[in-house]
Amino acid sequence: MTHGYNFAYLDEQTKRMIRRALLKAVAIPGHQIPFGGREMPLPYGWGTGGIQLTAAVLGASDVLKVIDQGADDTTNAVSIRRFFARTAGVATTTVTTQATVIQTRHRIPETPLRDGQIMVYQVPLPEPLAKLEPSRAEAARMHALAEYGLMQVKLYEDVTRYGHVSISYDYPVLANHRYLMSPSPIPAFDNPKLHMSPALQLFGAGREKRLYALPPWTEVRSLDFDDHPFRATRAPQVCGLCGAADSYLDEVVIDDRGSRLFVCSDTDYCAGRQEAGHGG
Amino acid sequence: MADDTLLAARGLSRRFGAVQALDNVDAELWPGEVLAIVGESGSGKTTLLDVLSGRLRPDRGVAWYRDPAGALHDVHAMPEPMLRALHRSDWGFVRQNPRDALRLGVTAGGNVGERLMAQGARHYGRIRDTAQDWLERVEIDASRMDDLPRTFSGGMLQRLQIARTLVTHPRLVFMDEPTGGLDVSVQARLLDLIRTLVANLHIAVVLVTHDLSVARLLAHRIMVMQRGCVVESGLTDQVLDDPHHPYTQLLVSSVLQA
Repeated sequence: MTHGYNFAYLDEQTKRMIRRALLKAVAIPGHQIPFGGREMPLPYGWGTGGIQLTAAVLGASDVLKVIDQGADDTTNAVSIRRFFARTAGVATTTVTTQATVIQTRHRIPETPLRDGQIMVYQVPLPEPLAKLEPSRAEAARMHALAEYGLMQVKLYEDVTRYGHVSISYDYPVLANHRYLMSPSPIPAFDNPKLHMSPALQLFGAGREKRLYALPPWTEVRSLDFDDHPFRATRAPQVCGLCGAADSYLDEVVIDDRGSRLFVCSDTDYCAGRQEAGHGG
Repeated sequence: MADDTLLAARGLSRRFGAVQALDNVDAELWPGEVLAIVGESGSGKTTLLDVLSGRLRPDRGVAWYRDPAGALHDVHAMPEPMLRALHRSDWGFVRQNPRDALRLGVTAGGNVGERLMAQGARHYGRIRDTAQDWLERVEIDASRMDDLPRTFSGGMLQRLQIARTLVTHPRLVFMDEPTGGLDVSVQARLLDLIRTLVANLHIAVVLVTHDLSVARLLAHRIMVMQRGCVVESGLTDQVLDDPHHPYTQLLVSSVLQA
């Protein structure tokens, strides 16, 4: 079935190395673990971190789903899904409830995850302090001593300038009351889904060669102020295809006269609702 | 050391290559006291300040600090988390160049609030009220609270740095030439402000300066340093009015005519 490739492309020693790092990561939720990232047959920024983690955790009986910005049918999602279908021969699906491993970029599915599922996130910038503290050594020391006042200063500045925290994606969270963590560029709307998730959540950054994890049922708190609590925001419209008022929406320009359509970014969720008879 | 000493040092020595920057220096500081360290450039003043504040390790000697609960800590044997926690709560450090200490891309209010947030303050309204109160105490107009420090004058920057340092009510503040680089009228106003705040809040200060008039205005006691050694120390007025050591006599005679 694998035609000249080892199962799931990576050699067994590499997968073992990544699994060892993953075990460490699961033991310390939110703590970044360095790993020997390999060259993958796709460019950095297209999901090299996620694809290595998926390769390391994939088994022959797994069912794989890959989404990009919530959609199963975009280039990146299609090619990564086909990559593992060819190199591992695993079954693939677009249905969230049927998948055992879900590799994702920028979204968490709307359908609630369940016990036994594994989420694999593609992460461009694993260090949440990178934009505030240029020295990586100093950032590591801040993590070690849990000195996260600087991140709070960034939120203070946002509230002062805009009246609210202006971070709309990659909204920093505190994992298990200890480590400041980047949730990868998912919209802040998805942050509450990280909290107490029954699924195992793995995060891989290929270029930065770091991975981290949230074991199931981990407390994940989005940073905020007592008097300016975190709020998940979405476009106020309903989906133009399925009428959903609770899902995260993409704004799509549909002609050259400025007409716009708001549709669910999660294509599986939207299709499921349309099949059930909902309409926009 | 005596029961109520805040900071004490015994036999501090530090060498940089061939230069003996500190040579067997003893020092004591009591709560609420201002101690000035004076001397010419290269006499070891700043090295002593760095060693006392734990930023630099001495080759020999020991420095003790008494925490609010009365327990003694060896400054250089303290675990790093504890020393860093001390530096952002019970201690403060005012540098000569406020641009080294402030975050220039963060508003004045955010700069003052940073130490509060580092201590775990999470109520925006209260952080802001405290920051505003402190800006007023250092005579910065509340309307400038949301401006970036890069739009401030040199004197305002230095006052902002002082507000940022004192906001957590430290008991001990290290100051390295706090009035250096400012013009004379701004210096006078700043000195007056520091003197008032330090006296009202009962803060102990270790003040490094090469300017004897700054020492005379602020300090209760003075230590005169030359080539890493303390050559004379005592009450400020006593030392400046009746200097015994030839080097102190030279220092005093070179400025006091003004």
